[in-house]
Amino acid sequence: MTESVTTDLVLTIRPGFDRDGQPEDFGVLELRPGEMLALVGPTGSGKSRLLGDIEWLSEGDSPSRRTVELRGAGEEAEDRLEGAHHRVAQLSQSMQFVMDLPVGEFLALHAQAREIGDPGIVAEVIHAACRLCGEPFTAQTLLCALSGGQSRSLMIADTAVLAAAPVVLVDEVENAGVDRRRALELLTGRDKIVLMATHDPLLALLAPRRAVLGRGGIRGIRVRTPAELALLAEFEKVDERLSRARERLRVGLSPAEGDWI
Amino acid sequence: MSPDGTECAIGQAMDAERPRGMRLVTLAGPPTCGKTSVARHVLLHLQRAGDRVGVVKLDCLVTQDAKIFQAAGIADAAQGLSGSLCPDHFFAGNVPRLIRWGEERGLDWLFLESAGLCNRCSPHIRGALGVCVLDHLGGIGLPAKVGPMLRTADLVVTTRGDLVSQAEREVFALQARKYAPKARVIGVHGQTGQGTLELSRVVGRLATPLPDEEPRLRFSMPAAVCSYCLGETRLGDERQIGNLKLVELPA
Repeated sequence: MTESVTTDLVLTIRPGFDRDGQPEDFGVLELRPGEMLALVGPTGSGKSRLLGDIEWLSEGDSPSRRTVELRGAGEEAEDRLEGAHHRVAQLSQSMQFVMDLPVGEFLALHAQAREIGDPGIVAEVIHAACRLCGEPFTAQTLLCALSGGQSRSLMIADTAVLAAAPVVLVDEVENAGVDRRRALELLTGRDKIVLMATHDPLLALLAPRRAVLGRGGIRGIRVRTPAELALLAEFEKVDERLSRARERLRVGLSPAEGDWI
Repeated sequence: MSPDGTECAIGQAMDAERPRGMRLVTLAGPPTCGKTSVARHVLLHLQRAGDRVGVVKLDCLVTQDAKIFQAAGIADAAQGLSGSLCPDHFFAGNVPRLIRWGEERGLDWLFLESAGLCNRCSPHIRGALGVCVLDHLGGIGLPAKVGPMLRTADLVVTTRGDLVSQAEREVFALQARKYAPKARVIGVHGQTGQGTLELSRVVGRLATPLPDEEPRLRFSMPAAVCSYCLGETRLGDERQIGNLKLVELPA
């Protein structure tokens, strides 16, 4: 993929129908490199469905009947799925690997699948993953033996470092006790199109726009207001305190003692 | 764009200069991997595009699949149970009749869904489109273990990808390609049908009408005439007659 194709890339989402068969009313949604859209809504409201539609580049053939296009300027739609798989990196809600392989061997195979020649990529992914989770693991650790948080960290690092696609779909990065701010920094480079389903107010407000979902459909798109931006700064301070308290608890200290507060 | 719009597009593409004759598709894959769901979605896409479709499920002991297909709107659906026979031999023994049945009904497409088969066999037929369905949850060793039904397939369909990570899906597809280098690997979601519209287009492009000759398996069935083929249940040494192969044990 050439540089020019990446920067010209446009993700277009056209309305479908919600679970009651009512048409969605959001016009046409376009996202370009550098843009982030948060997806908010109660559990079961259709956030993962929307991410699935984008992953599969739906053409009216999913339950939502939305159509999704991803293309650079002047590109043909030929072999859409083959191309899409290398352009869309997806972090699902899955918390566990099912494959019976050591981490290193698995990552080497994944690099092979993505036609990445650099053998250093395996160590790079493991290093990035261990920065996100509490207890480190090695290339020899079996995938199935990883904890929920370690699995999640490895999936995040693999998505960010190895898959390194221009479109990133993130489904609830806040799960499993990984460092979510650091995870998000890793996943969302400057020139990426990012869609992120979240229940976390801090993450939701990080995005300049958010889609509100309900009953399987997009109910509206909200643009972040200056008041919300101010609130985000406040939430970040609260989050900073909470994470320090979490760190102290994790290492056996009391959050009520010391001068950290 | 409405779903109907896209479906018309396949139909038109297929009608243009298409040679006459029934296209046969064989589906193989381990039990419960999603063959029936894959077949149902693809058949419905083909049917909506204006083609006459039919399906026969060949199973071992129990099946409701003909009803499942009929309830979905595929009228020409039949099923057969192998019962006490080897399901693979049962499959092979029925192919000519099933082809005639499909042709008599004027079908454009006949899908033959196998029982799931033991990993020694493959139901794929020369001149027909061979599809192998594999479940991601089967793990990294699955492509190596299923053997001929994968190696002799033209198309590999992977299912339950929503339950594993994207990295695992890509590694699984890589592994499947090692055993079926010429086959295209397509992931689908059997419940929602996502990916099956694309799959039906690929099936439409790859399948050709059955040649006017005696159908022939791509891979032979196992040699198996022993006492147990004849219904023996006792396991004593003196019962072991016929075609017998012994495990090599360490000394």
